[in-house]
Amino acid sequence: MSAPIQLRPDETFILNVGPQHPATHGVLRVKMQMDGEYIVKSETVLGYVHRMHEKMGENRTYAQFLPNLSRLDYLGALGYTHGHVLAIERAAGIEVPERAEYIRAITVELNRVASHLFWFGAFVMDLGGFSPLMYAIQDREHILDMLEAVTGARLTYCYYRFGGLYNDVDDNFIEAAKRFIPRMRKSLKKYDALVTGNIIFRKRLEGIAPVSAEMCRKYGATGPVARGSGINFDVRKNEPYSVYPEFDFDIPVYHECDSLARYRVRMDEMEQSLRIIEQGLEKLPDGPFMAEKKPKTIKLPVGDYYQAVETARGSFGIRIVSDGDKNAYRLKLRSPTYSNMHLFDEACEGMLIMDALAFMGSLDLVIPEIDR
Amino acid sequence: MILETTQQALQALFAGSVPADGAEPDTPRANGVLTRDYKTHGYHLDAQVDADQLLAAVTVLDQAEFFIESITGVDWIKEKQMEVIYDFSRYDFDACRVVIRTRIPREKPEVPSITKIYAGANWHERETHDFFGIKFAGHPHLVPLLLPEDADFHPLLKDFKA
Amino acid sequence: MSLTLLNVIVAVVIAIAFAAVNAAYLVWAERRGAARIQRRPGPNINGPFGLLQPPLDGIKLMTKQLMIPGGADKILFMVAPVLAMAPAIMSFVTIPFSAGIAAHNMELGVLVIFAFASMGAMAILFAGWGSRNKYSVMASVRAVSQNVSYEIPMLITAITVVMTTGSMDLKAISMAQSGGFWHWNIFPSLHSPLMPISFIIFFICSLAETNRAPFDLGEAESELVAGFHTEYGSMGFGLFFMGEYANIVIGASLTTILFLGGWDCPFGMFPGVWWFLLKIYLLIATFIWIRWTFPRTTIYGLLNLSWKILIPISLFNLLLTAGLLKVF
Repeated sequence: MSAPIQLRPDETFILNVGPQHPATHGVLRVKMQMDGEYIVKSETVLGYVHRMHEKMGENRTYAQFLPNLSRLDYLGALGYTHGHVLAIERAAGIEVPERAEYIRAITVELNRVASHLFWFGAFVMDLGGFSPLMYAIQDREHILDMLEAVTGARLTYCYYRFGGLYNDVDDNFIEAAKRFIPRMRKSLKKYDALVTGNIIFRKRLEGIAPVSAEMCRKYGATGPVARGSGINFDVRKNEPYSVYPEFDFDIPVYHECDSLARYRVRMDEMEQSLRIIEQGLEKLPDGPFMAEKKPKTIKLPVGDYYQAVETARGSFGIRIVSDGDKNAYRLKLRSPTYSNMHLFDEACEGMLIMDALAFMGSLDLVIPEIDR
Repeated sequence: MILETTQQALQALFAGSVPADGAEPDTPRANGVLTRDYKTHGYHLDAQVDADQLLAAVTVLDQAEFFIESITGVDWIKEKQMEVIYDFSRYDFDACRVVIRTRIPREKPEVPSITKIYAGANWHERETHDFFGIKFAGHPHLVPLLLPEDADFHPLLKDFKA
Repeated sequence: MSLTLLNVIVAVVIAIAFAAVNAAYLVWAERRGAARIQRRPGPNINGPFGLLQPPLDGIKLMTKQLMIPGGADKILFMVAPVLAMAPAIMSFVTIPFSAGIAAHNMELGVLVIFAFASMGAMAILFAGWGSRNKYSVMASVRAVSQNVSYEIPMLITAITVVMTTGSMDLKAISMAQSGGFWHWNIFPSLHSPLMPISFIIFFICSLAETNRAPFDLGEAESELVAGFHTEYGSMGFGLFFMGEYANIVIGASLTTILFLGGWDCPFGMFPGVWWFLLKIYLLIATFIWIRWTFPRTTIYGLLNLSWKILIPISLFNLLLTAGLLKVF
């Protein structure tokens, strides 16, 4: 859409977007060299909320490190704790009861919907539309209430334990979740009518900020960013873990590579998550919610373990190098937005600043998760 | 499918010294390609290479259309070594995760940068440099990323004292 | 009509009072309206329905310190808010609220209002440049190019109306439409069959001229922080705010006079100021409704809309009207 323009690198100025800027949704700084409204070059400066979680992972036992995971991404925290418990269970060979895995899947998907809802609102707000944020937050509130009742927290959950869950879900939760699904489907239709069909909205996103599949590969982009570039990649399908093989759901993929494609992927994903929740509630087996055979202190055998899970933002990986102790010798967190954001510098060159900031919104950034 | 072809391609780098398949190696292990049990380890292929073979190994993966997951380091202080670990995976339903690792002496930790092959390695290498002080030769802009811009310490070293 | 000094002072005082009260309570209305659209209560604590909120906000703004950024151009920085408010108030002087209520009716009323409105762009430019803030400069450049490009179609449509009426006097234009809604300029007439399109163009332009969403590129919270008034606090910001709402009232009044028959009753009964007020507040409610529904356009989308769509259509309309006036 933007007209081809001859950039003049000799007549530029530096614009600091951030560390405090409404579009960065956190303390992120992007140093942009501007030619008028066009970006000549951009450099992302990270580290404003860096807390060295990986060092904490070395100093604490595996169980003590659990709450840290939910401080990475405060919008979709359950996915990250899920990755950690799966990694430990895989390495220590702990069998998890089926009921626990189903509940994990249901809660993770609820959390994914909540995260996408908040992203949806914030993204439309980046484009200057305020009201959808309020609608999205209202829907998200139902999810947070449900999750609060079972996990005890609204954002920074620490619900999963090695071998199961902290506690079982009750009938109230199941009833609430069943009530929530049709309501959410109705809301999704409303969002479609209010936002997706809006001509201004589409004009601002269609064909803007194309990210090719090759670029995604070189930068390691995953999640909705990759799926908006026509890459059919979702860890839940590609490397099935937990009980995801039991569910019937699709991976939305769009081939347009633009900001609108990334938007549509996330909107469609909410529907797919609802399908998973629906099936999970239907199939939810009875039984224990915690493994019976489980060592008191977890010690992993010597070795190097990796676990990838699909969080709301993409493929989250956790690597544990164990030397046989009750702490990790090295604990590496591979956060999806770190790679997704890395694209930004190269992709936004020659773009108008307003398109670039819309593009940044379409990447769904959570800064504490990038900085760790 | 992809697993076997990648394994063959990587093994071609170690002409002559093909280590035993599947068996748990001693630590520190010899260079070579191992297949790992995905169920316990979470990845399929595990290749240890010398620092000067690194670019060749990464090129093999680039040609096989792998994407870069992450780069990280491990400080093996007892063995006076540092390890750099590269994770690769594919956008494919034929799941194949490949780990490439290289060991370098702790006094002079330096490996070639792979930013020329994978542009996305840029931040990962900067981060590893932040945390371990590992030099990535040929990196375009090796300045602190997550740590403050004047940081001269490397917090993930085992002898780091705050 | 003889113009004495007293007349002028009374007129200006009334205009200021009207503009200020309107600005204050439109903020309240906007916040309540937005809250209603967004399913939240909005300001409802101070006084009944939160009606005391605007004066309290005013007191808060007035008691805050007036900060001037270190590198700013002091004179421009101080002049800009005044320049934003003053033309808006001056425009009120010539608006006829009903047959008898007009501070000072002028024969060239349309021209006067457009002349004052074009000064608003200057206030924004001064504010952006004087703040010496990159975001402000970018925003003010945007706002100026936007104002300039939307003034053209707005003027052309206004000229179309002036041609069919044969007068630039706002009162005369209103009078010409009296006697029921079928006389209003919004409906196609023999001389100007494209009037409804003109109305839509004029309405879009008045949205853009007042820097309202979806054309609020000069503020663009999520991109340019707060645009041209990023560096303003206290009453400097307050004046910009009041100027914006005063401009909205003027835009709505002008639309009402040019297209919706001014103070005329749709059914030809009881014409008077209440009809005028009803019409402008309905228009303002539409403004508010639009703002809280649509996202923002892009700068190139905005300029393309003006130069490639609105100006050609309004020019065609002008030529058509001129031709038809000549023929019939």
